[in-house]
Amino acid sequence: MSLTTLWFILICVLFIGYFFLEGFDYGVGILLPFVGNTDLERRAVIQTIGPVWDANEVWLLTAGGAIFAAFPQWYATMFSGFYLALFLMLVGLIARGVAFEFRSKDERPLWRGLFDWLIFFGSVVPALLWGVAIANIVEGVPIDAQMNYVGNFFTLLNPYALLGGLVTLLVFTLHGAVYLTMKTELELNARARRAAYAVGWAAAGAAILFVLYSGLHTDMFSRPGIGMLPGVVAILAGLSLVATRLFLDRRKEGWSFFSTGVAILLVVASVFLTLFPRVMVSSLNPRWDLTVQNASSNPYSLHVMTIVALTALPVVLAYMAWTYWVFRRRTTLTQAMHY
Amino acid sequence: MDALGLARLQFGITTIYHFLFVPLTIGLALTVAIMETIYVRTKNPAFKQMVQYWGRLFLINFAVGVVTGIIQEFQFGMNWSSYSRFVGDVFGAPLAVEALLAFFLESTFLGVWIFGWDRLRPAAHALAMWLVAIGTSVSAFWILTANSFMQEPTGYAVVHGRAEMTSFGALLGNPQLWVEFPHVLLAAFTTAAFFVAGISAYFLLRRQHLDVFRSSMKIALVIGAVSSILLAVNGDAQAKHVVQTQPMKMAAAEAVWHTAPAPAPWNLIAGIDQLGGRNTFSIAVPDMLSFLSYGNLTSSFPGIDELQARDVQRYGPGNYVPPVASTFWSFRVMVACGVLMVLLAWYGMLLLARRRGLETRPRYLRLLLWAIALPYIANTSGWVMTEIGRQPWIVYGLERTMQGVSNTVTSADVATSLIGFTLIFGLIAAADIYLLVRYAKAGPDATEPRSRMPDESLAAI
Ligand code: HDD
Ligand code: HEM
Ligand code: HEM
Repeated sequence: MSLTTLWFILICVLFIGYFFLEGFDYGVGILLPFVGNTDLERRAVIQTIGPVWDANEVWLLTAGGAIFAAFPQWYATMFSGFYLALFLMLVGLIARGVAFEFRSKDERPLWRGLFDWLIFFGSVVPALLWGVAIANIVEGVPIDAQMNYVGNFFTLLNPYALLGGLVTLLVFTLHGAVYLTMKTELELNARARRAAYAVGWAAAGAAILFVLYSGLHTDMFSRPGIGMLPGVVAILAGLSLVATRLFLDRRKEGWSFFSTGVAILLVVASVFLTLFPRVMVSSLNPRWDLTVQNASSNPYSLHVMTIVALTALPVVLAYMAWTYWVFRRRTTLTQAMHY
Repeated sequence: MDALGLARLQFGITTIYHFLFVPLTIGLALTVAIMETIYVRTKNPAFKQMVQYWGRLFLINFAVGVVTGIIQEFQFGMNWSSYSRFVGDVFGAPLAVEALLAFFLESTFLGVWIFGWDRLRPAAHALAMWLVAIGTSVSAFWILTANSFMQEPTGYAVVHGRAEMTSFGALLGNPQLWVEFPHVLLAAFTTAAFFVAGISAYFLLRRQHLDVFRSSMKIALVIGAVSSILLAVNGDAQAKHVVQTQPMKMAAAEAVWHTAPAPAPWNLIAGIDQLGGRNTFSIAVPDMLSFLSYGNLTSSFPGIDELQARDVQRYGPGNYVPPVASTFWSFRVMVACGVLMVLLAWYGMLLLARRRGLETRPRYLRLLLWAIALPYIANTSGWVMTEIGRQPWIVYGLERTMQGVSNTVTSADVATSLIGFTLIFGLIAAADIYLLVRYAKAGPDATEPRSRMPDESLAAI
């Protein structure tokens, strides 16, 4: 396998890690005002992601850094092209990041209420915008011969992309709801279950629509060399969402969470399979697509980075897994709260 | 203002803002780790209180450091995409490695530290803070590797109009990195030391929680005295290095318009007339510049006019003179703060050596409280000197700042994000300062506001 392909796969893995992990963070943040009725309950809800949300966000930073290092042209085109969308996403991430730390540091209801809503919006915005961004990358955006994005912010807000945004928003919310059923007790748990059922339908519906739309609108079912494979993987992701519900009915909360996770993994895999060997599709001219060849760093950089990544990533995974083990217990309303 | 000007303004604002929080994070992580180690060793409950107190302030600061850092990671692509295309091969690598080796480490173990008080053995809990501290310093190392490349490019070759990495070893062995990294690290330790000393002084003045703040003060003064003096020594070495590699920056930092024959005098202060290319007045110390820059009295000091002519020959027509007044004054402000801090820290050490010497000096304690501002001023002016003195280059000798900017991003876009970020930063700063002051003043006994228990869970206890 060439190094550029390897890095394409590694970046796919980083995005899977990011969406799998921070996906449930976003979901929990979105559900915060709805499943937590009292202040104490809301603290308990935040507590379920307290020890891990920051490390989860680092998957995004690492993915960004990896794109910069391995495919600088991709980094430059995407981030300058999606400028205002990215600005909004950063605002969201800033708001929720400080909100987690600041929220419980003052007792006034107004203060706490303000930060609850910042957590909510700070979670909705990235959850929505990632779907929009991904859908745009797959369907193609106006990129010229110099690899510059020549559309504007509103180019990005087409129906297909908005549907994509809805899918990620709902799937992450579901992922978060299921996570909460695993990590809470008593009434909170019951409310999280109800939320999971409610969102589950909508998420599955939006996902099915999106796959159908993709079949008509993109080459997800007709990629040279692999044919329908990306589309089939997307359908499997949909089935995994159905399994989520079956497990939830049987009160197998861990398995249910596992299935939403698998759904996220398969969606990301399907997107990357659709793209390969492209990293960004030009809607103006196929010859202007950014690909793993024309967007990549030189072989030497890739070689160095491969050594670093393949040694560091297993270590990171090991200690992150250990953290989840340390904090495996359910959150109770009577335990000491740190957020 | 055009998109370039706005992008520069945005970079300056967001980066300086990020760096207001960064040094305290780096330095306080180390300080808290030391305190917790003492606690684990001695089981002295005052040290546990101390760890929790400084830890709380650390977390309030850390949160803002993290969210402002996220912007930085994406800003190169958003505002500086031509730059990213040009140097991505070289520059992206340290950023990615930083995330992999440092950010995962610090964020994971900080989570463990915050929530792990009752889940881990005391030694393991202290170890978590050591890992956070190591993570922050490793993060500084990698980001400064990237920055040093911009100051002094090494380990690359320009192929097809792009800088490609040819030697990772040379990137890490960059001599600029090995003066810049210690300088920033020591500056961070000094920042935390003065922060802790200043707040401890506040409580010693009011004679509250003496057990906690006497020890905190001692730890802070020792760290401050050692790191501030090393910082000054290192800064001198750094200046000698930069004279060799970026002579134009140092000529501007010393406001030397015309080559000064050996032994060159040193301008303590000067009135700068950039357009006229001269100083309107100056107070100078004879011979000092040759000594400071080269360690001898026999070297002449190249002036801005000579260097400008040399650069025109090397790089073609253009103006290679950075804004002299900013570079000159920011350098002086940094050094003045540095000298003050050395004096303050060592005077404190002297008082410590006497029994009860410190607490009988209210004026010195009050001074320490005000001195919390010094490292912040020095850090900011240090970066202003480093970055503005490098202009017009974004990568010294390779790419100009005006060539690095994103060419498809409109000035309206940049203005939107600039206004947005500035507003948000203002709000965050207000909330952050409010909380820091509140928790600093509340002292070590304060617990965070609790929520009322609902009746049913009260019954369950
Ligand atoms: C000398 C040190 C230093 C310098 C020059 C910078 N940073 Fe920084 N950064 C840190 C030292 C640091 C840190 C100590 O590691 C922080 C500060 C607060 C924190 O939480 O970690 C951090 C946080 C931080 C984060 C959030 C990490 C997380 O989520 O845990 C990002 C993405 C960046 N930084 C990126 C940057 C970029 C792209 C910079 C260049 C313009 C930059 N930083 C300058
Ligand atoms: C955190 C500490 C830093 C501070 C306070 C700082 C400060 C500044 C300032 C004030 C400018 C504006 C100069 C001008 O407009 O004339 C600037 C420019 C720049 N710096 Fe830094 N810098 C820091 C670290 C870094 C690092 C670590 C990097 C790279 C990894 C970097 C990359 C740049 C770039 C790309 C520019 C060009 C944009 C411009 O000229 O405005 N800086 N910096
Ligand atoms: C006491 C005498 C000091 C001297 C002689 C000194 C010297 C220098 C020099 C020459 C530079 C520019 C390096 C370059 O352009 O590459 C610099 C930068 C810097 N200084 Fe200082 N410094 C001193 C004190 C301080 C203090 C007290 C602080 C903060 C607490 C500080 C923080 C910084 C920072 C953050 C930078 C920018 C990063 C870098 O380039 O290293 N300095 N210093």
